[in-house]
Amino acid sequence: MIEVKGLKKSFDDEHILKGIDFVFETGKTNLIIGQSGSGKSVLMKSMLGLFTPDEGTIEYDGKAYSSFTDEQKRELRQEMGMLFQGGALFDSMTVQENVMFPLRMFTKKKKRELKDRVDEVLERVNLSDSGNKYPAEISGGMQKRVAIARAIVNRPKYLFCDEPNSGLDPRTATVIDNLIHELTVEYDITTVVITHDMNSVLEIGENIAFLKDGVLAWKGDKSQIFKTDDKTVTDFVYSSDLFKKVRDAQQQGL
Amino acid sequence: MRYLQSIGEYFLMLKGVFGRMTKRSVLKELIFKEIDVVIIGSLGIVSFLSFFIGAVVALQTALNLNNPLIPKSLIAFAARQSIILEFAPTFISIIMAGKVGSFITSSIGSMRVTEQIDALEVMGINSLNYLVFPKIIAMLTYPFLIAISMFLGIMGAYTAAVMGGFVPADVFLQGLQEEFDPYHLFYAFFKTFLFAFILATVPSYHGYYMKGGSLEVGQASTTSFVWTSVVIIITNYIVTQLLLS
Repeated sequence: MIEVKGLKKSFDDEHILKGIDFVFETGKTNLIIGQSGSGKSVLMKSMLGLFTPDEGTIEYDGKAYSSFTDEQKRELRQEMGMLFQGGALFDSMTVQENVMFPLRMFTKKKKRELKDRVDEVLERVNLSDSGNKYPAEISGGMQKRVAIARAIVNRPKYLFCDEPNSGLDPRTATVIDNLIHELTVEYDITTVVITHDMNSVLEIGENIAFLKDGVLAWKGDKSQIFKTDDKTVTDFVYSSDLFKKVRDAQQQGL
Repeated sequence: MRYLQSIGEYFLMLKGVFGRMTKRSVLKELIFKEIDVVIIGSLGIVSFLSFFIGAVVALQTALNLNNPLIPKSLIAFAARQSIILEFAPTFISIIMAGKVGSFITSSIGSMRVTEQIDALEVMGINSLNYLVFPKIIAMLTYPFLIAISMFLGIMGAYTAAVMGGFVPADVFLQGLQEEFDPYHLFYAFFKTFLFAFILATVPSYHGYYMKGGSLEVGQASTTSFVWTSVVIIITNYIVTQLLLS
């Protein structure tokens, strides 16, 4: 569980986060949604320890990050897995080497054991046959799956995903969403996903934080988001023509 | 003001490079990979340039030596001095700033653009140590490249001067040994080590701190070449002033 309390962050004179309070629950896919510039990425980067908050605390399973020693911070980072928007795969390494990388860096296991774990994870993301390929030789969706495999290979406690569906077709996006959700339940981890994609909200939105101008404007789950009367949320949700038409059709009883 | 900030940033980067170390077995692999790419990969062009520039130096000296009172052995002497003192360590380092420096900047810059550096940081890896330290260690073998350059430069001079009929072989060899001061070799290799450090770190700085997209990676490579050359030339002047004057 990650608990954010009164989180504030500014860059120069610009206040990006203006006091966020939210609990990201374990075993659930926690979504951060909101328009561009609402502070989603800054919130995630603060949770990753890449930004130091100006005020407020971030607690990982009840322990405040600010009270951690450097060694504890390093250990915490090793318990985190991150799926970047573009995958951020090391393009000089094969798929197998990419997935093996965190294990090589942080464990003292033998090569055989590393290989077995990599094979197991690649099989889990349905990429058993692509181990010897380079990232440039596989599709965008496959790259995302490799990035997920790399993020979970070290059995993290926290999984962060920055717009995992960007640049993917709807069907592949659903595959990625479902994979993230299945892994969250299977590994019982705290997953935090930044997304703009309302389909993702519908698929995996178990605990949603809606940010607007650096403030937590609404929180709930996927069953509540389409029922709320909160105008800031409805403006965002129905900014998509498709959702607007579905809503209109429902209202007209079609 | 911006330049001062950059200089400060450069030294902070160096502090980061020698900070928390990457796992030794991984580092060893990275160092060998860097030696292969940076040093072995440059052997061809350095050998080619050294041989022909050495030949041209000898040719130019021979063609301009019209006074019968000046001994022909001067052709070898002049070639040796110019190759050992300046051509091999300095001129080759400028070439390397273009070849290796641009490669280092663009490879690290691309990693920055595609969030690979962020990925390293999120994993708890000291990205500066992981990316730059192996390059610095690999560049410790750079003097071997310069030694090869010196040898081939002198071979080029010999070929042009002797085979071209400007000077007999024994006179060339005599000129090559004339007034040889081993301190000049110390001076040449001392500055080679400094240039190696500059070649590894200045392009890394430009790649690591670049902002923007793929277009900016190209711009960073160009800027990196310019600044690496400038720093090498200034360092060359200071070292020459300190060690030779």
